[in-house]
Amino acid sequence: MPDTLQRRAVLLAGVSLLAVNAVTRSQARTIAGGVPWTPGAGDAPTAEGSLKFFTPDEAAFIDAAVARLIPADDLGPGAKEAGVTTFLDRQLAGPYGHAETWYMGGPWHDGTRSQGYQSRLTPAALYRTAIKAIDDHCRQAFGGKTFSTLSPDQQDSVLTDLEKGKFKIEGIGPHAVEIEGAKADSFFSVLLQNTLEGFFSDPIYGGNRDMIGWKLIGFPGAHYDYRPYVGQHGKKLPIEPVGLRGRPGWMPNQS
Amino acid sequence: MKTLCSLLTVFLALTPFLRAHAADTSASRIARGRYLATAGDCVACHTADKGKPFAGGRPIETPFGIIYSPNITPDRDTGIGGWSDDQFYRAMHTGVGPSGRHLYPAFPYPYFTKATHEDVSAIRAYLDTLEPVKNARKEPRLTWPLDWRYLLRGWNWLYFDEGTYRANAQKSPEWNRGAYLVEGLGHCGACHTATNFAGGAKASEALEGGMLQGWFAPNITGDRRAGIGSWSTEDIVDYLKTGRNSHSGATGLMAEVITDSTSKLDRSDLHAIAAYLEDMPGHPQDVSPLQGSPTLAAGRAIYRDSCSACHQYDGKGVPKLFSPLGGSALLQSRDHTTAIRLVLEGARTAPTDARPTTAAMPAYGWKLSDAEVAAVLTYVGNSWGNATPEVAASDVRTVRERLRLEHDH
Amino acid sequence: MAKKLPAVDVVLVGFGWTGAMIGEELTAAGLRTVALERGGWRDTSTDFAVTFAQDELRYMWRGHLFQEPAHQTLTFRNDSSQTALPLRHLGSFLPASGVGGAGVHWNGQTWRFLPSDFVLRSHNEQRYGALSQDMTVQDWGVTYDELEPFYDKFEYLCGISGKAGNLRGARQDGGNPFEGPRARDFPNPPLEMAYGPTLFGQAARDTGHTPFPCPAANMSRAYTNPLGVMLAPCTYCGFCEKFGCGNNSKSSPQTTILPVLMRRDNFELRTESEVVRINMDSSGKRATGVTYVDTQGNEFEQPAEMVFLCAYILHNVHLLLLSGIGLPYDPRTGEGIVGRNYAYQVVSSVDVFLGDRILNPFVGAGALGVGIDDYNGDNFDHTGLGFIAGGYLACWNTNGRPIEYHPVPKDTPKWGSKFKKAMAENYLTTATISTHGAVMANRGNFLDLDPTYRDARGRPLLRMTFDFHDNEHRMSDYLTDRAVDIARAMKPREIHAKKRTGHYSVVPYQTTHNTGGAAMGSDPKTSFVNKYLQSWDVPNLFVTGSTVFPQNAGYNPTGTIGALTYFALDAIKKQYLKNPGPLVQL
Repeated sequence: MPDTLQRRAVLLAGVSLLAVNAVTRSQARTIAGGVPWTPGAGDAPTAEGSLKFFTPDEAAFIDAAVARLIPADDLGPGAKEAGVTTFLDRQLAGPYGHAETWYMGGPWHDGTRSQGYQSRLTPAALYRTAIKAIDDHCRQAFGGKTFSTLSPDQQDSVLTDLEKGKFKIEGIGPHAVEIEGAKADSFFSVLLQNTLEGFFSDPIYGGNRDMIGWKLIGFPGAHYDYRPYVGQHGKKLPIEPVGLRGRPGWMPNQS
Repeated sequence: MKTLCSLLTVFLALTPFLRAHAADTSASRIARGRYLATAGDCVACHTADKGKPFAGGRPIETPFGIIYSPNITPDRDTGIGGWSDDQFYRAMHTGVGPSGRHLYPAFPYPYFTKATHEDVSAIRAYLDTLEPVKNARKEPRLTWPLDWRYLLRGWNWLYFDEGTYRANAQKSPEWNRGAYLVEGLGHCGACHTATNFAGGAKASEALEGGMLQGWFAPNITGDRRAGIGSWSTEDIVDYLKTGRNSHSGATGLMAEVITDSTSKLDRSDLHAIAAYLEDMPGHPQDVSPLQGSPTLAAGRAIYRDSCSACHQYDGKGVPKLFSPLGGSALLQSRDHTTAIRLVLEGARTAPTDARPTTAAMPAYGWKLSDAEVAAVLTYVGNSWGNATPEVAASDVRTVRERLRLEHDH
Repeated sequence: MAKKLPAVDVVLVGFGWTGAMIGEELTAAGLRTVALERGGWRDTSTDFAVTFAQDELRYMWRGHLFQEPAHQTLTFRNDSSQTALPLRHLGSFLPASGVGGAGVHWNGQTWRFLPSDFVLRSHNEQRYGALSQDMTVQDWGVTYDELEPFYDKFEYLCGISGKAGNLRGARQDGGNPFEGPRARDFPNPPLEMAYGPTLFGQAARDTGHTPFPCPAANMSRAYTNPLGVMLAPCTYCGFCEKFGCGNNSKSSPQTTILPVLMRRDNFELRTESEVVRINMDSSGKRATGVTYVDTQGNEFEQPAEMVFLCAYILHNVHLLLLSGIGLPYDPRTGEGIVGRNYAYQVVSSVDVFLGDRILNPFVGAGALGVGIDDYNGDNFDHTGLGFIAGGYLACWNTNGRPIEYHPVPKDTPKWGSKFKKAMAENYLTTATISTHGAVMANRGNFLDLDPTYRDARGRPLLRMTFDFHDNEHRMSDYLTDRAVDIARAMKPREIHAKKRTGHYSVVPYQTTHNTGGAAMGSDPKTSFVNKYLQSWDVPNLFVTGSTVFPQNAGYNPTGTIGALTYFALDAIKKQYLKNPGPLVQL
């Protein structure tokens, strides 16, 4: 098979997977004579290693914000402890942050709520712009303090104003999008969505550390076979959550 | 491949017509030669580019270096078009080429010597009908001193018994037909029999498994644990005909053998092969399953999280789709290379016309560490009636390194 | 300058379900066939393997198997007075890219439409009188009875798990009593039922309905289809829709057809090859083939005797418009065909918080559920209700993927400790009843070319003008109210009815059941293709998929897409190949 499988890492790299910065479109292929198959080939997920997007101040902002969206409390650790900031850092440094698969051609209009996201900012640019604007706002409103240094109650009030659209961020374009049918600020909705992603996605992406999010609700994660359990109506199942790269309980003596 | 198929199609269409006129015309001899060349799977080694079957150039890895298969199309300059029929027979029967030079035993003349003169002539007649392809042979890359062909004289003296197959009167004609195919043209032992340091077959361990090109070809004797003793005759026939049976599916190099050779053989010949293999006693060993080790516990946890979706919690799999693991010869082999390889880079059962499904096992090399692969293989090798020594993480590392080199190459 | 390639008998534009079905049947009939797929090759063990398929972030939220708007998107507006704006990322619906199309990432809910659905206008007018002028609904030109053998064929290809409710006119206990008669039962028994749908079924029965296990393309046991291809039993992993199946237990082109088709000598697939134009001869009555561009930027002309449009509905219509074939629909005059009768579905749901009953939502399969059909089509008397048609109600256990699924009671804050606590308390114990309502064609809903926005190749984007109208709002409210009735009978702690209110929005995911734009029918004035999916004007051009639905029904469309395709293939093999030309004479 002479074709190069550009998007497919050869899956023998072992424990350290390398970053793939850009998704290049594959070359056209002609396929005939049977279903092709190559040993070791596969489109396995890549876990970026040392990419960095946030500045230390931005990271402090995100730590503080996600800690209010899903707080650590008597139910256990929250989004900050789950590594959502690390997750977001990797996401914003990668294809998602650059809106690589999005249509980003103009002209730009605010549009209606039904028409969805119409900001000309990529997610990465949106975060950069919004964090600065919110911190500037906090400095003015709270005697020079940035968001991350406010008290939890003050942080909640800033986030509430943001959610309800009472405080507008200049320069990010249209504000109104939907969350579950309700009007919401577009940056806030993106932040909330990304926080849930970081809290509940596979730990391979840097969030959901120790499967904190999955343990909170009782989701077994990447488990792929529930056949013995379908008929166990009403029973809590004795399944440890597992990620794509396994779980600590596999090799208890080697962690 | 397509050229080959269309050529064969044309040929098949002609055969009945010609057969109607005379019983032993050259056409029926050619048809028999084609069948025997298929039984010998000549196309496998003698093809590098599927568009140019039999034109050679495929690198064959031996313990002593790389040999490139020669062109056996009738091209006069680069193929065997210039050989006489006697020269062809001499090569097949004695391993000596037309110039009197010894051929490397990567060419399985120690097996082909058992073929009858008549059968070899038929093969030659068939090869003569192929389209001549110009494809000069590449020089082998051998480790000193094995590129000294005259040493092969000594090799032959030690390891080569010249002679056409002689029937065993104690056994049935079917058994003898099976033996003729397995020990002769089929050259099953070339992979399935262990070789010594010099690459000679260990006759006392015939068909009890051997290493070849980074694969361990498993034991195919009647040994119930490490071999195929638990398979019925029909199981063996199904496997060879369709690439799978209710116990296993053909992967790796055997997938090619199924596709190019055994799936095209008559069921009567496959029955004969089965009769012979079933009767091979092997050297069954009493191995007790491992018990109570932490590796087994780890392996069980990994298995239940990572493997059961296809192979099921009880290891029974989905017969003819996902191989059952209980009773697997591969998992209980004395050498775990192939099992490790299948886990690291996945595997696909050969699709055939009878069983076209192309479901494949995905690669786990990116996902599981060496220790995790070792643990899960130790677990499946010692569950559901299986028994095998513990697989070591270092064994996995060795295979991983080798595969990485292969891919770099 | 396009490089002209050797001519073939058949060219398939897009290689999903219908492309694979047509390729298999026509190569078996001896035709040399080439499939052109704009996306890449995809197969189970390499692209959505059991080792990494269960990745919610990557596949669902980052759309790994979906069309990339950067490459191709469309613009949208609710009505003609607005300026349409591009979908910058996907939301409401999720077309695929790559071999297998959306047949890779579907749930597997495989229904037959009702006999009355195929004669929608005449049936409803006869029973209820004239319909609203704005409703441009019509009969399909084909009947349920004609399609029955081909529904059957598709269901056996896929190995659908289910229970017949009507065998040759005889009611069967446990099945859907409203379905049209079927010649034989499903090839596989129903899936084992999860707890939530089981509770729904009991409540539905208690409230006078007739629940049944929904038909599923998730295998209830190992299955070998008539082509000899084997599928595995479903493991209830809960990663179907938006995901490829990792263990070959969900029907898709890959798991049912491609192993056989790809072996055929007279078949060839070219991936990363996007058709940009259907070419016509000077008479305008014959397609000569297609022009396509590969990802290296090379342009090719592929001549063919027959051209099949097998892409997603939006691309089929886009390609017709870009190629100038057929008269584009004009909403002001109501004239024109291409882009007319675009429709969708209207979905709503009721969350049922059961409090102490553990449901384990993650033990799921794409079509694992119990449904009722009492309020679908014309299965109930619509007199005085102010709408026609309807939809099924079902309680599915499709998944418990937590980014998407973390139900919380009404009025719970959207973040903070109360939100976190509500997620933790309700995740395992909440069932959802969903309603799956039909959308009727309306003269204000249509597809055309956008005047402003262009795609990566500089071509105008497709423009969608769509909103829900009175029929949809009334129907969906009615269906949601019925769902509430059953939800209450499940004796919940509380419920949360999520009615579909206001304008259609492209933001939240609803369903990938876009339909229409090149409708079928028996009158060339109101249809682009005849009952055999053959263009009236260009008899060697065929259009497949939901593109040909004159309006939508209250069911998932794939079963009907399969039946229409096999029905057309039957006529093509028996009539067209012997005598190429119009299959329906006017």
